[in-house]
Amino acid sequence: MTPMLAVDWAYWQETLVKVGLGLVAVLLLTGAVVYLYLFKFVSFMQSRLGPMEAGPYGSMQLLAEVGKWLQKEDVFTENSDRIVFGLAPAIVMSSTFLMFVVIPAGPNAVISDLGTGIYYVLAMTSIATVGILSAGWASANKYSLIGGLRAAGQLIAYELPLVLAVVGVVIQVGSLNLQDIVHAQSDGAIFGWSGIGNPFIFTQFVGFMIFLIAVQAELTQSPFDMPIAESELVGGYQVEYTGIRFLVFFIAEFATAVGFAAVASTLFLGGWALPADWASESTMHWLGPIVISAKAVLLVGVVFWVRFSLPRFREDQLQQLAWKFLIPVALLNIVVTGTLKVAF
Amino acid sequence: MTSVTDRQKLQYIAAQAADARVNVELETEGMTLNLGPQHPATHGTLRIIAQLDGEQVVHAEPVAGYMHRGYEKLTEVRTYPQITTLINRIDWLGSFANEVPFILAAEQLMEVEAPERAMWIRTILFELSRISNLILFLGDMGVQLGAVTPVFFAFRDREFVLDQIEAATGGRFHPNFDRIGGLRDDLPKGWLESTKGSMDKVRDFCDQIEDLLLGSEIFQTRTRGIGIVPTDVAMQYGLSGPNARASGIDWDVRRDNCIGLAYPELDWKVWTHTDGDSFARFWVRIQEVREAAKMVDQLCDGLPAGPVMAKVPRIIKVPAGEAYVATENPLGEMGYYIVSEGDLTPFRVKIRSASFSNMSITPWLLRGVYVPDIITILGSLYFILGDIDR
Repeated sequence: MTPMLAVDWAYWQETLVKVGLGLVAVLLLTGAVVYLYLFKFVSFMQSRLGPMEAGPYGSMQLLAEVGKWLQKEDVFTENSDRIVFGLAPAIVMSSTFLMFVVIPAGPNAVISDLGTGIYYVLAMTSIATVGILSAGWASANKYSLIGGLRAAGQLIAYELPLVLAVVGVVIQVGSLNLQDIVHAQSDGAIFGWSGIGNPFIFTQFVGFMIFLIAVQAELTQSPFDMPIAESELVGGYQVEYTGIRFLVFFIAEFATAVGFAAVASTLFLGGWALPADWASESTMHWLGPIVISAKAVLLVGVVFWVRFSLPRFREDQLQQLAWKFLIPVALLNIVVTGTLKVAF
Repeated sequence: MTSVTDRQKLQYIAAQAADARVNVELETEGMTLNLGPQHPATHGTLRIIAQLDGEQVVHAEPVAGYMHRGYEKLTEVRTYPQITTLINRIDWLGSFANEVPFILAAEQLMEVEAPERAMWIRTILFELSRISNLILFLGDMGVQLGAVTPVFFAFRDREFVLDQIEAATGGRFHPNFDRIGGLRDDLPKGWLESTKGSMDKVRDFCDQIEDLLLGSEIFQTRTRGIGIVPTDVAMQYGLSGPNARASGIDWDVRRDNCIGLAYPELDWKVWTHTDGDSFARFWVRIQEVREAAKMVDQLCDGLPAGPVMAKVPRIIKVPAGEAYVATENPLGEMGYYIVSEGDLTPFRVKIRSASFSNMSITPWLLRGVYVPDIITILGSLYFILGDIDR
């Protein structure tokens, strides 16, 4: 592996730098997404201004919120299972951050370029289910319990279409490695025309849509937000969480949104790369992170746009959507993709 | 028909049996979920004790009274002009509509009749308060189902209506404008034109809501077929207003039993729906907002000239007697039964508020539904807590 920077570092030094930079990038992106969409975009949708006081146009609002959460008392409910209750946010958070390990942001800007890249991402995101379920159980609250169980059912149901939607791309590329997927798109051509490469959003449009819908459900955003459902379950598995533990849940929620958007843009929108003849590889070292951030932030925008437009499904209707519609369509997509792959 | 106590007994037995069944057959324990008194879906402090089997409701019972303010008793120690201030707060989203039936009943006892202009202005304000109330319902239904945006549109567009109410009466929420024998004041200059302008905004809002919610497939799957109230059940439980009309009961006090208001002279339609489900209740209310906007336009155009106050003695003493007047309030039929003994204060006032009767159907309606449907049903039945706990 060539070094990311033009310095010859030991492996541990390089890893440390990569993890540190990765953490900073993820947190910055998460903060940007929260400010852009949760604070401002939504406010403009709802004919209000959003935060305006903290910093210019309220841009420091998130820091103020974080400061508030950090000051709060760390509350454990009386009957809660203290260890599990305390551990649950950490599990969710670690699932989120582990996901970023294999997402490439440039020719070398990836913490670990695993051969099973996309497989690893999907496996890591499933861990969050454990955290959410244990949060719901350990809170010793009926609303939390219902929310946690709903979340478990929902996340498992939507894990399947998510995986199946990815399979189409994997068949086309013939590799699970995310770098290979990126290169296949930037070097590809649409019917011999290589002007914009071959982003898989065109060939795998069905897969892209299923992926987005499943991501919406995995993130438990409306219309699939029954685990939280503030108007019925008051907050679901998060009811009893305050202060720093809630903050961890909050960061995890939005960082996961960024993560899934980054994965989606890697799989379907060409990832960090620009089409082969647009920019040289040396440019992409610094341009790549910007490109994938822009794509990811745009996709998160879609998530939030949907979230604040649609009412939510009922739990059984959501399961029906997953099992009776998304999974059959995804399977069909795999069959068609496979057939075409063999035919051409 | 069995009496109320019998029905309650049967219900209790059914609940116990269901509990036992849950325990024996599935070897699981039922769970009792307390929705409220502090819960986002209860518009205040309604409490619903729901026994669950998984996510299915086995038995649900509303517990009202957390916000009881004793209005019926308080009215007995207040003079008639003071009472309007009080009863304004019953249904706080459509305040003016609360005053009208009381004033009409008092006028009936005193044998005073308000001048025609006062009658028309009363009708305008009545319909404006209906619009401001139902607009909030239309937005709020979205929140109940998880769509956050419509309620902001509702608050935005309700402001246009509240502005008109404020310009005419001086109070945004609690106008306290109705007097025995007429109104406190005439309308300000230019008010009629601006009111008609705000009615256009209301119609735009209805279009928006139809796009955002009514046309949304998710909204339809959440509301269609949920909480069906058949016509006969609706009659048995004494549903009124939009809830009854959504069950196919073609009854509207404004059309069928109008006392002292200008409805007979207007061209409008009573909308009914045959389905009786949550969707129908929502749909009927949208139509009612549209009809109300149409009525306000007609009333503004045809407003007769003249005084707004009849000749009434300075100190109001209502002659001995009894009177009951009901009007079609935003939430349903609301009536006041006044018993007077010729004093400055009424001897007894019985308030028949719509939400209280409408809520009585919840135990029947909530049996066997899922937890998310509790919210849909409560939202679509649309109660205001002040109207339940008077």
